[in-house]
Amino acid sequence: MVVDTDATKSLAEPAPRRQAGNRLFRSIAAACAGTLLLLAIGIILELWRNSQLSIRKFGFGFLTSANWNPVQSDFGALSSIYGTIVSTIIALLIAAPMSLVVAIFLVELAPKKLAGFFGTAIELLAAIPSIIYGMWGLFIFAPFMANYIQPWLGKYLGFCPLFQGPPMGIGMLTAGMILALMILPFISSVMRDVLLMVPSVTKESAYGLGATTWEVTKDVSIPSGMRGMVGAVFLGLGRAIGETMAVTFVIGNNHELAASLFASGNTIASTLANEFTEASEPLYLSALIELGLVLFVITALFQIMAHLWLRYTARGNPA
Amino acid sequence: MYRYVFPFLTAALIIAGCGKDSEPVAVKRPGPSITINGAGATFPYPIYALWADRYNQLTGVKINYQSIGSGGGVQQIKAGTVDFGASDAPLTADELEKAGLIQFPMIMGGVVPVINLKEVKHGELMLSPNTLAGIYLGKIKKWNDREIVKENPGLKLPDKHIKVVSRADGSGTTWIFTNYLDKVSKDWHDKVGFGKAVDFPVGVRGKGNEGVSAYVQRLEGSIGYVEYVYAIQGRMSYVKLKNKAGKYVSPSIDSFQTAAANAEWAKAPGFYVVLTDQPGVDSWPITGASYIIVHKKQKDKKTSNAMFGFFKWSYEHGANMAKKLYYVPMPDGVVRLVEAKWKSETACFGTELPKHRGKP
Repeated sequence: MVVDTDATKSLAEPAPRRQAGNRLFRSIAAACAGTLLLLAIGIILELWRNSQLSIRKFGFGFLTSANWNPVQSDFGALSSIYGTIVSTIIALLIAAPMSLVVAIFLVELAPKKLAGFFGTAIELLAAIPSIIYGMWGLFIFAPFMANYIQPWLGKYLGFCPLFQGPPMGIGMLTAGMILALMILPFISSVMRDVLLMVPSVTKESAYGLGATTWEVTKDVSIPSGMRGMVGAVFLGLGRAIGETMAVTFVIGNNHELAASLFASGNTIASTLANEFTEASEPLYLSALIELGLVLFVITALFQIMAHLWLRYTARGNPA
Repeated sequence: MYRYVFPFLTAALIIAGCGKDSEPVAVKRPGPSITINGAGATFPYPIYALWADRYNQLTGVKINYQSIGSGGGVQQIKAGTVDFGASDAPLTADELEKAGLIQFPMIMGGVVPVINLKEVKHGELMLSPNTLAGIYLGKIKKWNDREIVKENPGLKLPDKHIKVVSRADGSGTTWIFTNYLDKVSKDWHDKVGFGKAVDFPVGVRGKGNEGVSAYVQRLEGSIGYVEYVYAIQGRMSYVKLKNKAGKYVSPSIDSFQTAAANAEWAKAPGFYVVLTDQPGVDSWPITGASYIIVHKKQKDKKTSNAMFGFFKWSYEHGANMAKKLYYVPMPDGVVRLVEAKWKSETACFGTELPKHRGKP
């Protein structure tokens, strides 16, 4: 609306004209936001509508049954839900602490030039398409896991059921580790920004009191950036939980519940990627769509948990 | 690798083709161009794409084939959104009748069990149907199991676990493979059955032929099943199988074609022939055909003529291209049956096929 480049001139224009522009902008913005909301609602409705067949047939049992037998049209989501959650947990257990360390290194320890270089390299990792991670995982990382890491884990931690079974290099653990690599750049770059935002006055006063770098980081930077860092972890979680191609390549795609992390499993996203194209029977298709609905609900639950957590910490930490 | 390598391969062949036949391309195309839309199975996509490109150069007819999967292909043709559908698994005669469709086999391929066992040379291991089913059922757990040793008296088989690899995604390959096991083993039939995706009792599952090949090549002591071309390209160790006639055969284009020729196409309503476990001393037992599905009543004469012209041309002139991509062309006898079927079932076939420019 405003044609003049000169700001003072445009401010001097009569008020109604500026108001009109304001209204127009507001309605455009509202329409954009509304579209997003409609889209989300539309997706839920459509998933709900198309999974009716499966919901009516299996009811609540869909969530508690680990059977997945397309020939007999008997479907249950338990192994997929389990795989989705376990692979995401593994990814977060690895990626969250690592990201924190990386962020601390970039902000507090590394020389400026080096920090810039590392920062760019990490952001570059985030730009790699997930299928590349998948292929790299299958051809290079899985053999490495099978030959070195899994035998080692089996030897020293084999008493724990999590690390039993033949080291095939393909399975839940490998999938979780690939996911960790994929979300690491996201989490660490957000964490870096959060740490950078800690006011230098606060840090300097801590240094002034004689605190070491480690003490400043532990007692000043991390607590004051806590909320942002939890947000970063949830960002990573959101990406890990729905990741499809990379996981499909290395998880083994088996519809069975196994305690061992060496065993192959599946996630909701990988099952959809594998089976959607050739699912021709209505019930099969409907069960797959219900899986999608379950994933949607799980993601929403995590989002709500994240919000609750942020609100809780905000109350505890009025700063 | 399949999905990634084949498009390149196809593209390379197409480019090579363009170079040779630059003259016909330069000829001014008469009349408005016709576009035929098809959708379905991924397995025959590379050869359909190659044929389509060649046919386009010859006649100006554009064939637009989307490999969305067999299930999708069947749905699209039923809904009438495409001119032809393609499926790796045939529809039953009832299903065809109900929807007013006809189907015919267009191209074939073989499924080959491959192993990774360094103690055994390529093609040395021999398996009977029951042993193969036993392995996939998880009953036979080790390579030196009595059943396997009995069939391979000269071989020294190691005391190693058998790691079973199967397909994770729904696929025509799995349909053919499990259909075979279903036919030859009562146990398999009772416990698992057959389909594009089944609940395999044991093992890991790779995505796509490329996933299965990668897993088999990765895992020492493994067995998997892939399309023939993977066994060839990956230089994988295949298995000789005992066929219906009781002879151990190796997978090859010839043994696939023998299986197809020995099948009783003439007696099958709607060409519902499953090529697994066919008679004939040289027949490879796990062979399958990929089908084209069209409506009996065609809306537009011009389009349908161009479409049937494409199929006819592919049968007559596409065999060498198919073999280059390790597909198996349909035997002549079957082609004659299919063409007779077109004449008797579709109203408008054979009136005026598009004219070819240049050599076919």
